[in-house]
Amino acid sequence: MKAKIIITPKKAVLDPQGKTVQNALEHMGYQGIGAVHVGKYLEIEVTGDPAVLQGQIDEACRKFLSNPVIEDYKFQIE
Amino acid sequence: MNFAVLQFPASNCDQDAVHVLRNVLGHSARLVWHKDTSLGGADAVIVPGGFSYGDYLRTGAIARFSPVMQAVQAFAAHGGLVLGICNGFQILCEAGLLPGALIRNRSLQFRCEHIFLRAPTPDSPFTNRIPAGQLLRVPIAHGEGCYFADDTTLGQLRAQNRILWQYVDAAGQPTDAANPNGSLDNIAGICNERRNVAGLMPHPERAAEGLLGSADGRLIFESLLHELTARAARPPAA
Repeated sequence: MKAKIIITPKKAVLDPQGKTVQNALEHMGYQGIGAVHVGKYLEIEVTGDPAVLQGQIDEACRKFLSNPVIEDYKFQIE
Repeated sequence: MNFAVLQFPASNCDQDAVHVLRNVLGHSARLVWHKDTSLGGADAVIVPGGFSYGDYLRTGAIARFSPVMQAVQAFAAHGGLVLGICNGFQILCEAGLLPGALIRNRSLQFRCEHIFLRAPTPDSPFTNRIPAGQLLRVPIAHGEGCYFADDTTLGQLRAQNRILWQYVDAAGQPTDAANPNGSLDNIAGICNERRNVAGLMPHPERAAEGLLGSADGRLIFESLLHELTARAARPPAA
């Protein structure tokens, strides 16, 4: 199984990287481009009881893999 | 006084901090490896600059779980003085010893230059020797020094006079142009509510001798020493 984790900057946090990517997409001529948020994707190979893993990965995201001051996270185990 | 200067894989300002404490200020300073679980009876702790653990995941995110950081947590909980410089500031924020976070500079560029700082309050162990109104000219060298905190935290920092250093122009004004990284309120450094833990992005240890172009950073270390001397003279609590 894999835990697939997506970490993104919180909306209230300045995201100059996202803004720069957005500007570049607009300069390239793409239409209808809105706000861009650049985050992280982590894939962790896991074994064990999915219900237990769910709790462990959630704790790891909260304590270590993301910083709740500036980031949001979501994940799925499949 | 005895200082502990922490050393993580890829710390790179640890020797500079030891040099200033030993050779410029004449005190004792010892490097403490990140795997150590004791601070060896130090009077104060410096968490130095660098790129601990390659800045992987987030700056300071991995260093905060080092064994030595558990010792620093306990030391701070007992009122011990802890100063984080640059990556040290980032580590202290990740560790929850200081509020907020340091994120990518607004410009997305690594900024390496001299800036001016003002110290809005002398009421801290880290600023008590900085004369009112005096600006400090010290260098910065970071890519992720943009200070961010939510509105509630920012309000507390302001109300409790916990913003210890701000980026200003040569006239002492915290203008947007003088802000090198996009930090809220031009914040360069803060302290915790108890005022015994502080962090700042600029490098006072690189500006503590005239030979290096500025000795202004020395005032921050002298403030620490002033506090430590006062504490040593105080009778122990009954």
